[in-house]
Amino acid sequence: MIPGQFEYVRPGDLDETLRILTEREGEAKLLSGGYSLLPLIKLRLAQPALLVDLRDVAGLDGIAETDDHLRIGGRATHRQIHEAPIVRERYPLLHDVTATIGDPQVRNWGTIGGSVAHADPASDWPAVLLATSATIVCRSQSGERLVAARDFFLDTFTTAIEPTEVLTEVRIPRRPRGAGGSYQKLERKVGDFATVAVAAVIRLDADGIIAGGGIGLTGVAETPFAATDAEALLTGAPSEELFRRVGAAAAAQSRPAGDVRGPIEYKRAMAAEMTVRALRVALQRAVANA
Amino acid sequence: MTTQHITLTVNGESREADVEPRLLLVHLLRDEFGLTGTHVGCDTSNCGACTIHVDGQSAKSCTMLAVQADGRTLTTIEGMADGATLHPLQQAFWDQHGLQCGFCTPGMIMQSAWLLGQNADPSEAEIRDGISGNLCRCTGYVNIVKSIQQAAAEMQAAAATQTGAPVAAG
Repeated sequence: MIPGQFEYVRPGDLDETLRILTEREGEAKLLSGGYSLLPLIKLRLAQPALLVDLRDVAGLDGIAETDDHLRIGGRATHRQIHEAPIVRERYPLLHDVTATIGDPQVRNWGTIGGSVAHADPASDWPAVLLATSATIVCRSQSGERLVAARDFFLDTFTTAIEPTEVLTEVRIPRRPRGAGGSYQKLERKVGDFATVAVAAVIRLDADGIIAGGGIGLTGVAETPFAATDAEALLTGAPSEELFRRVGAAAAAQSRPAGDVRGPIEYKRAMAAEMTVRALRVALQRAVANA
Repeated sequence: MTTQHITLTVNGESREADVEPRLLLVHLLRDEFGLTGTHVGCDTSNCGACTIHVDGQSAKSCTMLAVQADGRTLTTIEGMADGATLHPLQQAFWDQHGLQCGFCTPGMIMQSAWLLGQNADPSEAEIRDGISGNLCRCTGYVNIVKSIQQAAAEMQAAAATQTGAPVAAG
């Protein structure tokens, strides 16, 4: 497949990138890893007049824990995140998700910022950012704008980012003692988009009682979403019965479409099941981190 | 349409080209440079037949623009053999019957080479995960996995001989 014609520029820094995005507002698309954007351009579903390659923009791929957050630069690849010592040691939820995105070649080049800004309704990162109540940092010429992940994913391939902004960083709240998370993905075959996938976080108090948590689902609505009805039930002593009720609430909040990955009833049932599985593993990890 | 001038290194050789921004890297390799060992399979980044190395990282060259390769170092299947001596992976695919039609083989070998660079002694599960972005429609993967295992063992033995370290049994 041959893409349509476009111009290509490779700015040397972020300021130049932001200037180009402002001057060519609405015409330009940012190119990061390319594994989401180029297939769309090849299919001519996207036909931007200008591609702005972020490759030479330095300083956007850091991965570091601060007092409040795990900060991940928008240009960090899935592999860089997967292999970061802090992620391996402290963030098994992120280690789960970075093992399951696409395939090894995609993970070598695909970036967190690219995935999140692209916002495929079945993509993996959004569920994690919703479950953890992460913050997304958008930068334009007028400065930095912080957007809660829960306000970011608006509709299919549609987010709160502006055409003049670059997604520079994702901030995931620092994992406290007693917290654990897990990402559980149902896929037809390895490397496929999720039929349904669930990111779950559980926070235990000092007595081992669930004090709160977060649940993000992908693949079962027009865009990934936080299962707020299910989260409201996620409290009290952990039990299989509780997890089943939470899973049922998450499934009730889903709005799947029937397609090649299954009919609506199947996807709803799997949304409940994968929520339960994610909660089970999240609980184990929360207990281990108490 | 205006073209852009790019300079890159392919299999150790410096190359230049004037390309339209929309030219895919795999077409630069095949149509401009005549390196037809890199195959176009699905053309949708699923099958991995077009896998090459870009700055040491495996990549699907149907999902990368030629202009993105400007200034980078590439290795394709043509860069694997040392003269008439096959790369251990190439020899292993031959020995273990790791191919039937051969269409996926260049991509399979390039991805396996990247995998062994990351992990010199992968388990069977790690091998299968490592080639999960490469599809073979003939073999069922059993002989491909055997091929990679043979090459891993030989490359480890060769590395041990070079460094004088003992070779682990098994």
